[in-house]
Amino acid sequence: MQTSPADPSLLYQRREDRTMLLLMTPALLVIVLLLVVPLAWLSWQSIWNHGFTFENYRRVLSGVYLDTFLLTFKLSVIVTVVTLLLGYPVAYFAASVSPKFSALILGMVILPFWTSVLVRTYAWLVLLQRTGVINKALMATGLIDHPLQLAYNQLGTVVAMVHILLPFMVLPLYSAMQKIPQNLSQAGASLGGSPLHVFARVFLPLSMSGVIAGVTLVFILCLGFYITPELMGGGKSVMVSMVVSRNVEIYNSWGAASAVSVVLLVCVFAIFYAASRVVPLEKTLGAK
Amino acid sequence: MNGTNGMNEMKPLSFGRIVLGFAVVLILVFLMVPILIVVPLSFSDTRFMTFPPPGYSLRWYHAFFSNPAWIDAARTTLIASTCAALIATPLGVAAAYAIQNSTHRSMRYLRTVLMLPLMVPIIIVAVGVFFVYSQMGYVNTLGGLIIADTMLGLPYVLISVGADLRTFDPTQEMVARSLGMNRLRSFMTVTLPQIKSSVISGAVFVFIQALDETVVALFVSGGTNQTLTRRMFVTLRDEIDPTIAAISTMLTALTLCLVMIVVVSRKSSARV
Repeated sequence: MQTSPADPSLLYQRREDRTMLLLMTPALLVIVLLLVVPLAWLSWQSIWNHGFTFENYRRVLSGVYLDTFLLTFKLSVIVTVVTLLLGYPVAYFAASVSPKFSALILGMVILPFWTSVLVRTYAWLVLLQRTGVINKALMATGLIDHPLQLAYNQLGTVVAMVHILLPFMVLPLYSAMQKIPQNLSQAGASLGGSPLHVFARVFLPLSMSGVIAGVTLVFILCLGFYITPELMGGGKSVMVSMVVSRNVEIYNSWGAASAVSVVLLVCVFAIFYAASRVVPLEKTLGAK
Repeated sequence: MNGTNGMNEMKPLSFGRIVLGFAVVLILVFLMVPILIVVPLSFSDTRFMTFPPPGYSLRWYHAFFSNPAWIDAARTTLIASTCAALIATPLGVAAAYAIQNSTHRSMRYLRTVLMLPLMVPIIIVAVGVFFVYSQMGYVNTLGGLIIADTMLGLPYVLISVGADLRTFDPTQEMVARSLGMNRLRSFMTVTLPQIKSSVISGAVFVFIQALDETVVALFVSGGTNQTLTRRMFVTLRDEIDPTIAAISTMLTALTLCLVMIVVVSRKSSARV
């Protein structure tokens, strides 16, 4: 496209916008075809069965399905709280030491981050199973006589999920804390605040954007987590993702699967929307 | 933590700080041990997951390389990941460039649409893609797998390249164009070399994402086009096969090498 100086700038801008839209089209096409269209179809499927019906939603929001949602929320809250409690000190420490040392700490957070989720779930199965590394070590030291049931239950699921999602918490926390000027805490202390008081009144509120980004990301990833609960849960604790998968794969029941998907999607988008009012969406997703 | 000291001045004897440091070390051990423990176990000479292994051998690597089913799955994964990176990168760069250079209001919404693959829970993405493919007869095809991985990888290119373009001075390209270069050439010779490192990172992220992707592959890859992670997942549902320790070690090593590429390319082209 040639730009001639005689072009009125408005006309130029409009032509420019058209070119840009054209450049974007291939990427948009892929996402619309493989994601937007099926999402629209799922929503339609959930309310249409030879006529409008809310039967799917009635089924999905009661009985077994409701239990699944409640269990998923419960596990997601537990995992999110634990990752926050573990992630905060790590990020705090990394933000308060020399750059070299903090690069080492962040490296140890990022390496697991880039390791396959399946590999990490496998590692936890190896560690936690009845004849696994931890049980054998505990038996060898004589602390226990019989192997503990650590894998194939909710405990194992929570431990593995916390491990997998911890980096998603630490990275946004660190990026928020890094921006807090060090002398603010010093100023608070020089005014006579005790370390705890200064932390609670100065540092903690300033790190809140990181907390919100981390909590949002971890909680949403929990809600839709599939691989780890499926392999680690032992089939007893059924999460929302597993219900969706089973309804499609085993029962071929698209009505129920689509209604569950829509409810899950609405939850996810509502949380993203609420969080985006405080922290830009870009920042929350950036850690991913 | 001593109140009169800044956070940076370490007080080695401060009680609070020692407790904090100790807790952080424990958490880092928790993060690293599961990744590291798989490596010695993959060289074990027994089927039982004892640590440390009673003896070392390449038995499980041999089990992987001598089984055509594993090799086929690895080939499928490598082809799909490479193709996805090759397709998603130009599409993502074009989209990131468009977002940066357009002032139109709709761009904000279109941008959110392009980020959807990161926002929608993967299981719903998988079910949706499965639905589209089953209508079009694309289930269990290599082409279908590649397009799905492309879709999942696009946001990574967008984030990586978008951040880089925001700090890039667009007048440089304007100058090239005012000197008579067409748009494509001025982009290729002026802009692209300067955002090279973020383009490379974007491509690597797409590749790693495709390498790791399991859930969509469970639904849309199968038969002769089964991916490595899908086969690992299905195997793990039945038993904890030590062959997977060998595969895990190789996957982690490959990912580590790829991340090193990103780090090196970022360092070597630190644009001020």
